[in-house]
Parts: sequence; structure tokens; C-alpha cells
Amino acid sequence: MTVFVIRRFLQSIAVLILTAVIVFIGIYAIGDPAEMLIAPDASPAERAQVVASLGLDKPLWEQFFTFAWNALHGDLGRSFVFNRPSISLIFERLPATLELTLTGLVFALLLGIPLGLLSGLKPNSATDEVIMTGSIFGFSLPSFWQGMMLIMIFSVWLGWLPSTGRGQMGEFLGLHSSLFTLDGLTHLILPAINLSLFKLSLVIRLTRTGVRETMPLDFVKFARAKGISERRIVFVHVFKNILIPLITVIGLELGSMLAFAVVTETIFAWPGIGKLLIDSIMRLDRPVVVAYLLVIVSLFIFINFVVDVLYSLVDPRVRLGGAQ
Amino acid sequence: MTVRALFAEDMLLGRLFTGIGRSPKAVVAAVVCIILLFAAVIGPYLTPQNPFDLAVLDILDSKLPPGSQSMDGMNYWLGTDGQGRDMFSAMIYGLRTSLGVGVFSGLVALIVGTVLGLIAAYFGGRIDTLIMRVVDLMLGFPTILVALMLLALLGQGLWKVIFALILVQWATFARAVRSAALVEKNKDYVEAAVTLGIGTPRILIGHILPNCLPPLIVIGMLQVANAISAEATLSFLGIGLPITEPSLGLLIANGYQLLMSGEYWISVYPGVLLLVLVFSINIVGDRLREVLNPRLGER
Repeated sequence: MTVFVIRRFLQSIAVLILTAVIVFIGIYAIGDPAEMLIAPDASPAERAQVVASLGLDKPLWEQFFTFAWNALHGDLGRSFVFNRPSISLIFERLPATLELTLTGLVFALLLGIPLGLLSGLKPNSATDEVIMTGSIFGFSLPSFWQGMMLIMIFSVWLGWLPSTGRGQMGEFLGLHSSLFTLDGLTHLILPAINLSLFKLSLVIRLTRTGVRETMPLDFVKFARAKGISERRIVFVHVFKNILIPLITVIGLELGSMLAFAVVTETIFAWPGIGKLLIDSIMRLDRPVVVAYLLVIVSLFIFINFVVDVLYSLVDPRVRLGGAQ
Repeated sequence: MTVRALFAEDMLLGRLFTGIGRSPKAVVAAVVCIILLFAAVIGPYLTPQNPFDLAVLDILDSKLPPGSQSMDGMNYWLGTDGQGRDMFSAMIYGLRTSLGVGVFSGLVALIVGTVLGLIAAYFGGRIDTLIMRVVDLMLGFPTILVALMLLALLGQGLWKVIFALILVQWATFARAVRSAALVEKNKDYVEAAVTLGIGTPRILIGHILPNCLPPLIVIGMLQVANAISAEATLSFLGIGLPITEPSLGLLIANGYQLLMSGEYWISVYPGVLLLVLVFSINIVGDRLREVLNPRLGER
């Protein structure tokens, strides 16, 4: 087990380093930062001085080590637009994104698992057909367009829910969140639905497959023979078995929801890191883009690592397979 | 070899058609796909105006609601956008771009993935480990994150978007081909071919590949739908295609601000078209998956 965790951890570090190299090369080799920082009317001597002071005259690998060293010390450069450390901009907005992502995930589970059960318990029935076609519809619906339709229907036509921003935030146990005020909650509903709809289809499909694979197994027959009620069989015995793949995939999908939050945040003007990324790309604010990419990739690698370790705890075959 | 490959494909085609034919839903979706593909191909002959010919556009015609008439008596059945463009024409041109980008990047990714997957499966050992490590790495990251990262670094552009889409898609194909080829590789017919002294490339392409086609077709369909959707998303965010190559995603983005003031048709109609396109491809793909390999893609 320890060996598995260590190996997996080293792999994560390797991926992180690889990402840092790619981001570094992308940022520093494709566009010349000197072009952006030095005034066009600067004399060649001034130019050379700035280039030297920024260390841009050094070989690329040396520049990379300076960049990596600073990154390890939490310094990913200052935002050109805000003139503040880019990393603190990211961490300031991260809670808003996490709040949105987790709410979206809860929505997807609360709706997806019952629908998946419904469809898996009566395969090929009319209900099943409707739910399955609906789930194809769900992942065909481009996320941004679905968000626009939500705004059009619920904000513009019906006027029920606000369409932009995070609303008023409440404080509870030292945490600031839109979850704690009514105004905040009304602001959260539409973006969370928007973000969850794509994952909803996935949860429905996973649950349905799980139910269909588990129902014919011997232990279900045995439980029936024992006279256990159908309800108990489904909700206790079968449910436990479909939970394992569901948890793994959900863990991994959390990362992709964090990335997809970029789309939702842009549509609903939600002040999270995704909106910050798009704004920064538009304003050519490269240090923020770099910081976003490194933070989100680290977060993603961390989630993957935790899921893998948890999974190997649940299913010993995973770590045995890895040890070969 | 050719006869056998053709025969295998013939059986495959037969299965495809009967499979789709038995599901009325899939038949409708397939017909819609074909109509849209046809419309995209003959686009310029179908549209009442060329939406990029500034000479035919009249700013006085801008933001007309659906069904209005222009100054010179032309009917705008789906209205016009902010520049006075006929929405129907703009949408057909957008469809061309969206389908073109989706199908092209899907095809290149399919070829790259298939070649690497076949190599990994056939040669095994270090090559296999190396290729599959990269595949795992690619599949570990969500599509949209990789595409965002690339385009954030590279900037906008048609070829950059296509490159990003190929990069995020090839690994799916490689994994599918590898697992199909691993099964095929140990069958008697491959051994027979080796004994006959047939060269490795010919065994891979002529003998093993035709038997790996079913999962490839299914994944190909679903990936094209994904690619179209991903391109639209990236273009909507403003980091995908440039304004000179308007895809459906860009058309939707153009109308987004006007949505609030009630000019819904500028972004709703391209959105509906995009949805119908992706939805029908997915329906056909899903049906093919059931027909060709019931277990594929189900975990």
C-alpha cells in the first residue's frame, strides 16, 4: 500500500513538473515578454538593460529554474492589470468556484441517482427510453447554450431568478458563502443547474449500468429468496454495490467540473477563477493565466491522487495490478 | 486480402444499416445528420445571400425579427443579426465551419490514435508502455481544460483550434484500438498471416485493423459530436475561432448580449441548429454502440 501511494505520488509530481515546463515554454517561447514590458521608443541600451534585469538574456533552462524556484515559493508573478501577486488573485476567487462546483455536484447526484435507478430497474420500458434519450439530450446540449436558455427563460421572461453575480454573502463558522443567505441562494441556483446538467447525464448512465449489472447477481436472488423486501434489496444491497464506481468517477469528474466552471462563470458573471481566466486571456494578463493553469492543474492532480488512493483502499485489485 | 477486408466491411455495413433501421429514433436522427451534412456541403447554393459579402449587407436591415422583409423585398425567415446579415445564411455558413472543424479534427485524431494504438498493441513491451502512459496522461485531464490551456498559450486561430481538438481526442481512439487489437492479435488468422510471411504493416492494416473498426466507428461518431460542441464552447468563450471564421458557437456568442434586450433569434436559432446537430450525431452514435458492442463505453 505504501509503495503504491509513493509511486502514485511521484507520478503526480512528474505530471506537475511536465505541466510547468509546458506552460513555461508556452508563455516564454511563443511571445517575447520584453515586447510587452518595454516601451516601443526605448533605446537599444535601455532595452538591453531591462532584458538583463529580467534575466531574459539567460539560457532558457536557467530561466525555467528561476521560474520554478519562484513558483515553489508561491511567487507566480504580478498581474499586469491588478498589479498584485497573481497567486493571491486566484486564491481570492477560488472559494466562489468551489462553492459553485460542489453545489453543482450535489444537484447532479440528487437528481441523477434516482433517475438512474428508475431507468435501470425497468430497462427498455417507456420510462427508461425517456430518461436515456433525455440523458443524451443532456450531454448534447452545449453547456454555454443551455446556460443562456436558463437565463432567457428564468431571468428575462419569467423574472424569477437573477442571472449575474454571486449575490449577498453570509457568514457561517467563519466561512463566507452565498449558501448562507436567501439572496445568495437565488443567485446560485441557475449557475449550479447549468454546471450540473452535463454531469447529471453521466450519473444517470453510471447508476443505470450499475443497477443492470448488479440485479442479475446471485446475492440479489438470494436476498429475494430470503424474503427481503424489494425496496430493501434495491436501496441497501444493490445501492452499496453501485456506489463504488460512482464515487470514483465522481471524484474524477469533480476536476472536470472545476474546468467547466470557466464556461458557467463566464455566462453568469460568477466571480470565480474561471471568469478571471477568460478576462485575463482577453487582457493579455499572462502572469494570471500562468497562475490559473498551474493552480488548476495542481488541484486536478491532487484530486486524481486522492481518488486513486481511495480506490485502491476499496478495491485491492488496483494496487496489486500496479505492483506488477 | 482485399476481398476479405471488403467482405468484413460489407458485413459491418450490413449490421450498421439494420441496427439503425430497427430504431425509429435513430432513423430520424440519421436522416437529420445527412440533411445537415448535405446542407453544409452545398451551403453557398442554398443560402439567399453570402453573409460575408459586405456589398449585399445593409445596416438598415439589422436586427430585423424573423419573417421580416428587406428593403429590396427579400424575406428574412429567421431574422437578421446586428450587421443586417440574413440569419439563415449565416447559420448555414456557420454549420459548414462547425462541421468542417469537427469532422476534420475527428478524422485526424482517429488516424493518429489508430496508428499509435495498433503499434502499441502489436509490438507491446516498452513501446506499448510508453504510448499508453501518454494516453493515460491525456485521458486524465478533462478535454476542456487541455483545450483551454493550449489556446490560452497559443491564442486564437482556426488551425490552433483544430490542433487542440486533435490533441484532446487522439488518446480515446488509441485506447480503443489498442484494446480491440490486443484481442485480435492472438487469433489464428493473424498467426496464419505471419506464417505466410506477410509483412507487419500489411498485417496491421489489412488484417487486424478491419476487425477493430466497430468500436472505432462508434467512438468516431461520438468524438465528432464532442469536437463540434467543444469548438462551439471555445469560440463562445472568445478563445476559439477568430471572428473571420464564424462557426455556430461564434454566432451564438454574437447574439448573447442582444438576448437580454429581447432579440432572441440572433443567438437562439444558431443554438437550436447546434443542438440538433450534436444531438442527432449522438443519437446515431449511441444506437451504433448498442448494435456493435453492447459493453463498449459502459463502466
